[in-house]
Order: sequence, then C-alpha cells, then structure tokens
Amino acid sequence: MRQKPVNEVVMTFLSRSANEGFARTAAACFVAQLDPTLDEVNDVKTAVSEAVTNAIVHAYPQTLGKITLRLRLFGDQTVEILVKDNGVGIEDVDRAREPLYTTGNEERSGMGFTIMESFMDRVRVRSTPGKGTMVVLSKQIARRVGLPV
Amino acid sequence: MAVICTGEGRVLTVNVTGEVDHHHARTIMTEMEQAVGAALPRQLILDLSGVTFMDSSGIAVLLRAYRRASEIGAAVRVTGVPEQAWKVLKTAGLERLMTFESETGGKNPRPGRDTYETKTGK
Repeated sequence: MRQKPVNEVVMTFLSRSANEGFARTAAACFVAQLDPTLDEVNDVKTAVSEAVTNAIVHAYPQTLGKITLRLRLFGDQTVEILVKDNGVGIEDVDRAREPLYTTGNEERSGMGFTIMESFMDRVRVRSTPGKGTMVVLSKQIARRVGLPV
Repeated sequence: MAVICTGEGRVLTVNVTGEVDHHHARTIMTEMEQAVGAALPRQLILDLSGVTFMDSSGIAVLLRAYRRASEIGAAVRVTGVPEQAWKVLKTAGLERLMTFESETGGKNPRPGRDTYETKTGK
C-alpha cells in the first residue's frame, strides 16, 4: 500500500528562468528536515534544477506558463519531488531521456535526465503532447547514526 | 554570478563565481567568448573555485569554451573545481577533453581523474 506523506509542500511559479534558483533552494530547505549530508542536499538541488529548467525551456517555448513543485517526505526518509507543467509535452520520452539528446537552446547540454537519474534513486516521467509533463524524483536520505527513529 | 578575466602573456584566466545554471549560462558564455576573442590565448584557464552551484548548463558552458579554444589552438585547463560541480561535469565525461584540477589543486588531485591533457593543446 502507498505510504502517506508525513510532510508536504506545494508551490506554483511562473516559468521564468530566475525561478530555477528559487525551486532548488526550496527543495534543499525542505529536505533539510531529514538531516541529510551535504552530498545528499547537493544531489537533490541539482536534480530539481534539471527538472525545473527542462520545464522552463521546453514546456513553454514561446510563452510563460505555470510550473508546480510538490515536495513530500515519507516515514522511510524518502523525499519525493514532483515537477509538473501544462505545456507542450514530450513526443518521445524515451528519446528525451537519452544522454546528449536535446531540442533546447545552446545553454542546454542534453544531460538533464542523465543527471536526474544519476543523482536520484528513481525518476519517473509521464508526458502527454499538448497537455504537459510530470517528472517525479525520489531519493531516500540515509538515517544518521544517533538520531531518534 | 560574475565572470572576471585576467591575462598574462598568452595565458587567459577566467574566474567564474556564483551559480552556473541555465539562468546565468548565456551571460557567462558571452563574456568568456569575448575575452577569448580579444586575448587569443595559447592557454585558457577556467577557475571555478568561486562557483557555488552548477547544473548541466555548466557542461554546455565548458563545451562552448572548449570549442572556442579549439578554433584558436588553445589548451584548456579547469581549476578549483568544487565537488558538486565535479560530480556534474564527470557525468558528461569532460575529463576526456580537458584537464581538471580540484579545489585543492595539485596538493590533493583526484587520482586518475584530472591528469588528462586537452586534445587541442599545441
């Protein structure tokens, strides 16, 4: 049975590139409740930055749209991060997840999904052309010795 | 974010500070290319010791610098690479193209990771 989250934050922001820093910092602050290591925080920040930047660059190429960031914590120390847009969607998700594949501009390297997959435990992508994309990132934060269970 | 360029002889040092993400990448690329175009160095040193965060946009920035340096036959050395940035950069295998040194430089190099020479060096 699916666990219920022990904590949850949902926020919505415009697809302005200035919000990339805001989104990853918010995720880092939220995951800090689990007393993560610096490496674990950096992994989460980097993966969130990739997912949000993908939405900003690809979902709304000619206009501004809304991006939802949902952060959840579960009892087993797992953090789940959902990044959702209502943009143009991805025609071929498998191809989009291939290393070095990009349809973005020159500031993108095509390594976004590869980094998400390397830095997080699990990456799920669901997309419908014309309706939008949802990326769900999960990572279990190691329980630190000496902390109450 | 700031890009500060200093040159001595035919060596151009570009100090990048702050966050290297999609929001800042174009500015960094433009300022770096202008400096390289003006100095036409034999060696380009990218000092990342002031970088506080990097995502895959940093890969694009470094590849752009590498291509521009290749056009003029300059070698590329990347110094002061913070751990977080290094983890991103090695995902793309950039150590096969250019020389990397960690934040602690030669005193604590990452064995086997930062001893590669750039292919364009002459």
